[in-house]
Amino acid sequence: MTWLEIDTWIVVIAILCAVSCSLLGNFLVLRKMSMMGDAISHAVLPGLAVAFILTETRASFTMFVGAAIVGLLTALFTQWVHSFGKVDGGAAMGVVFTSLFAIGLILIKAGADHVDLDANCVLYGSIELAPLDKIQILGWDLPRAAFVMGLILILNMVFVGVFFKELRISSFDPDLATTLGINAQLMHYLLMAMVAITTVAAFEAIGSILVIAMLIVPAAAAHLLTDRLLHMILASAVFAAISAGLGHLSAITLPRIIGFEDTNTAGMIATMSGVLFAFVVILAPRYGILSKALHRLALNLRILREDILGLLYRVDELKLVDRPAMTYRQLREALNTGPIQLQLALRRLRRSGRLKVTSRGYELEEPGRKRAQQIIRSHRLWETYLAEHFALPLDHIHAPAERVEHFIDQQMQDDLALETSTPTSDPHGKVIPPTTNS
Amino acid sequence: MGTAHGSPHIHVNNEMAGGFVGTASEAEGAIQEFLEIAFVPEFHTMLVVLSTLILGAAAGMIGTFLLLRKQSLMGDALSHATLPGIGIAFMVMVAFGGSGKNMPGLLIGAAVFGLVGAGSVLFITRNTRLKSDAALGIVLSVYFGLGVALLGIIQQMPTGSAAGLNSFIYGKPSTVIIEDLYLIAGVALAVTIVCTLLFKELALLCFDECFASAQGWPITRLDASMLALATAVLVIGLQAVGLILVIAMLIIPPAAARFWTEKLKPMMIGSAVIGALSGWFGAVISAMATSLPAGAVIVLMATTIFLFSMIFGSSRGILKQAMGQYRLRRKIGHQHLLRACYESLESRIESVADEVFLSKGSSVTFDSLLSKRSWSPKQLRRLIQRSTKSGDVTSHPSTENEIRLTSQGLREGARLVRNHRLWEIYLITHADIAPSHVDRDADQIEHVLDSDLIERLEQLLDTHGAAKSVPASPHELNGGAVS
Amino acid sequence: MAKIDSDKEDVPVQLNASSLAPAPDMSRRIATGDEHPVCPLSIHDMTVAYHRKPVLWDIDLDMPEGKLIGIVGPNGAGKSTLIKACLDLIPKASGLVSYYGKPYSKQRGLVGYVPQRESVDWDFPVSALDVVAMGRYGKIGWCRPVSKAHKKAAFDALDRVGLADYAKRQISQLSGGQQQRVFLARALAQEAKVYFMDEPFAAVDAATEKAIVQILHDLKSTGRTTLVVHHDLQTVREYFDWVVLLNMRIVAAGPVEEVFSQENLQKTYGGKLTLLDQAAQAMAGIKQ
Repeated sequence: MTWLEIDTWIVVIAILCAVSCSLLGNFLVLRKMSMMGDAISHAVLPGLAVAFILTETRASFTMFVGAAIVGLLTALFTQWVHSFGKVDGGAAMGVVFTSLFAIGLILIKAGADHVDLDANCVLYGSIELAPLDKIQILGWDLPRAAFVMGLILILNMVFVGVFFKELRISSFDPDLATTLGINAQLMHYLLMAMVAITTVAAFEAIGSILVIAMLIVPAAAAHLLTDRLLHMILASAVFAAISAGLGHLSAITLPRIIGFEDTNTAGMIATMSGVLFAFVVILAPRYGILSKALHRLALNLRILREDILGLLYRVDELKLVDRPAMTYRQLREALNTGPIQLQLALRRLRRSGRLKVTSRGYELEEPGRKRAQQIIRSHRLWETYLAEHFALPLDHIHAPAERVEHFIDQQMQDDLALETSTPTSDPHGKVIPPTTNS
Repeated sequence: MGTAHGSPHIHVNNEMAGGFVGTASEAEGAIQEFLEIAFVPEFHTMLVVLSTLILGAAAGMIGTFLLLRKQSLMGDALSHATLPGIGIAFMVMVAFGGSGKNMPGLLIGAAVFGLVGAGSVLFITRNTRLKSDAALGIVLSVYFGLGVALLGIIQQMPTGSAAGLNSFIYGKPSTVIIEDLYLIAGVALAVTIVCTLLFKELALLCFDECFASAQGWPITRLDASMLALATAVLVIGLQAVGLILVIAMLIIPPAAARFWTEKLKPMMIGSAVIGALSGWFGAVISAMATSLPAGAVIVLMATTIFLFSMIFGSSRGILKQAMGQYRLRRKIGHQHLLRACYESLESRIESVADEVFLSKGSSVTFDSLLSKRSWSPKQLRRLIQRSTKSGDVTSHPSTENEIRLTSQGLREGARLVRNHRLWEIYLITHADIAPSHVDRDADQIEHVLDSDLIERLEQLLDTHGAAKSVPASPHELNGGAVS
Repeated sequence: MAKIDSDKEDVPVQLNASSLAPAPDMSRRIATGDEHPVCPLSIHDMTVAYHRKPVLWDIDLDMPEGKLIGIVGPNGAGKSTLIKACLDLIPKASGLVSYYGKPYSKQRGLVGYVPQRESVDWDFPVSALDVVAMGRYGKIGWCRPVSKAHKKAAFDALDRVGLADYAKRQISQLSGGQQQRVFLARALAQEAKVYFMDEPFAAVDAATEKAIVQILHDLKSTGRTTLVVHHDLQTVREYFDWVVLLNMRIVAAGPVEEVFSQENLQKTYGGKLTLLDQAAQAMAGIKQ
């Protein structure tokens, strides 16, 4: 594989397109209108066709206007079919954009067949050829697509920057926005117009299908990565740029593995964004599947450690022998747990100085005692709380407390003590140990 | 038609001539041609027409349930997701030494990926915080992108161009051969059987998932079979309509049928008929003008029927709704006029008996009526005109400014005022609405009160004593100035 | 999670699994109404959680047969969740629910359900009679159409709620109260022995409220057990003979005259149970 100047330009154009789309996509995803992106990018076809038939050129201002109008009409028609015809929102969108797309196909065939606008180029674009079409800007030889998309990117950045507050509130709560004097309806149509303009600008280079991918996938991935809107927008832009770069790289490398030259860059960018999205779904720090599983595992181990401490404390409390200890076997049977978890928990406890091993088995060290005392205190306070407030018999309050004790922090413990007027013994008559924090 | 495709599918060497290529300039000729193709087509044209007709019917049927389950756009994701399936099937078949263009093989690949797409949507919505719209968009664009990338590779394969595969994207019904028709008919038959047998189960699922689940119906499996049927229909539609537009066949016919009926079974049948008609007409027209993309023509036929239905539909059409509203507004205007007349008179005359009212010959002036409500003189004049026609009021021929209730109008006015006040009293006593607000509220509801409800109001407010009399207004009447 | 029960009995120094196994003491179950050997609905130690956050904790209830039971509690107390968990509509984190001693999956035919009115799209193209006939689907079985006899049963149910005249009407053309009564009729058509009703009195007119109360009394007089999620404290004494006060846990349950006291209501509604919510959030890992 050889990386040529044209490859650089392809990647630059792809990144410009992808980032432009992803900026707007955040608001589509947050407003649960992702499919509107799909609808608009299909539906601009008749606008393009009409503008093309009128002006006979592909890159005209008329084309932008035509597409922006049809983009807005898509949103408007969908609204009409939904409210006047009482058709379900999704179906209304489906009716409108398939019809417009069909009209577009026919217009292109009937009116523009002899020239170089065909449905294929609208769908997948021709990014491989885009760098060849150059224009002179300030003495620079720039690919036209890069120039146009650069402008669109700036336009979108300005749009998002200027209307950041309005977009945020009308995405979060349109009704609230309206009461605050922000016209949510207007923001909606503005956003739709921006999506349409971006679609038109990008279609030639990357095709409408990649527009949809870049509108939705980066924003969706970013939504899994962060909870803050600003971070989400930045993350989606980075995600889009990486997809674009990786996409072109894989388009010219991957097919070689099975003995072919290369393949469609737009298609591969969409594919790579899907692959990256899959990684995010699995690996995202807070909402990823793996992190959730790890979190659960860590939680279970913590509960097990606390159960070990609690068990030893209770045995100690009985004062049957002077310094009680439990063997590994006894612990395993009492806690009814698997060997691997137990080993992990014990090792961690020993390393943190809460347990020690003697010839008789495991014994509590002073830090362990203190922690255990906290847990037992939480447990018995909770039992007291339950017994005081709910119609639960005494034999029904132990099990719930066993679960909750692991989640009661200092603050809640104090609240509980206050709520139950600081008892000294629990409903079973057991002593509630004092708090270890002075 | 079809001669120029050079596709290996066209075994039927029809000599239908280039005559259909949009050269029929005279309208008469075109109509004749249309009828000819529609009713007595040649063999291959008949194949095409039949296949789109059957496809339309099957799509309309299963689409009904998809629409009512609010899953219409799922079809969009499914159909886009079929593209990599087609590409992979092609490559696999070539790898095993086949031609790669074996239709059943390609369709199986498409169906498998359609189902994978549906599974991916479910996986994303269940395991992440993303909502279904984002999941649909992701599946749709990523799988389609993968398909495009695969087609890009296939184009370089020495065994054959991907030109044939392109017809899956935009549809090319003229490539249909008799075996394809059998397949389409088979899928349609399966759809019909399942939709008939599971009619009540699917209806329950779509209407009230919770209740269905509580009754023990396996909703996941019902959903899955619904989506599987939809996928099957999408797949057989790829060839004729193309994968971008085939979802229109699932969405538009049922949405159109909904305008004509309030019942599920007629809706399903209507949707099948609309689908079939779109397929039929669409195929005929595209046979006449082969340069037009057939899939788009078929979809536009469906859109035309949809628009017609949306406007003229007999049960939910816009005209029907508008007419209902217009009638209600007229009725309300009429009732407001009578009430205003009655209340004007009432404020002047103590007794409420008919004769007293009429014998006094009281008339109400136009200006005093005008001040009673926020109506313009023009509106009021029109109202008076209409009510004069219905015989409830008469206006002095000499002075148009004076309006008089007829005895019929008086009775009606008394009834209306009574209903209005009963409702007001109800609102004040039972709904804790302030007397100053009660008039407007009562205004909105009184026009739709039926006799049943009035009876209950009477019981509730215990007004038997004053049976049929008009109770006093619970609030001050505004604008009661009468000359 | 450890299954240790050491707070209950003396723990021998030689611990072993058998001595630590919890032994639920069935004789001391709360809220045992009648001493029926098998009660129509028995919930044992049921916990329900959404994303690890418990919304119902350790519910333990035996419902008496043939009673009208009101389930009362503030918003977010888990009233609807309780019903849905009993009907296997949402998964339980733990616990058992049995109807006449058997799990729900074996006793579906005995259980009728009236969901909240807002849970469905009333624009759906079916008539009132069609909706009521859905109550018979369980008895009709797979693939068979609704027979004359079942239609008759559905019509009778519709008649009982006073809507016989509206049988053919499309459901969107019914008033809110009438829609609620259609749902009630559908449950009646189920011919069940235990009924669950989720807020049937929510936003209905006086006539519908009366009709529903009448139906509830009919159900009671024919020995049916009915659980009603209810939000209006004023009418609890009037409508129900048994009441369950719920706020994530059962605060009290029993005959109205015993349980429906100012003190218990204070506990249920008094806002003193915020600690439960705090604990639930801590368990869900939500930062406070």
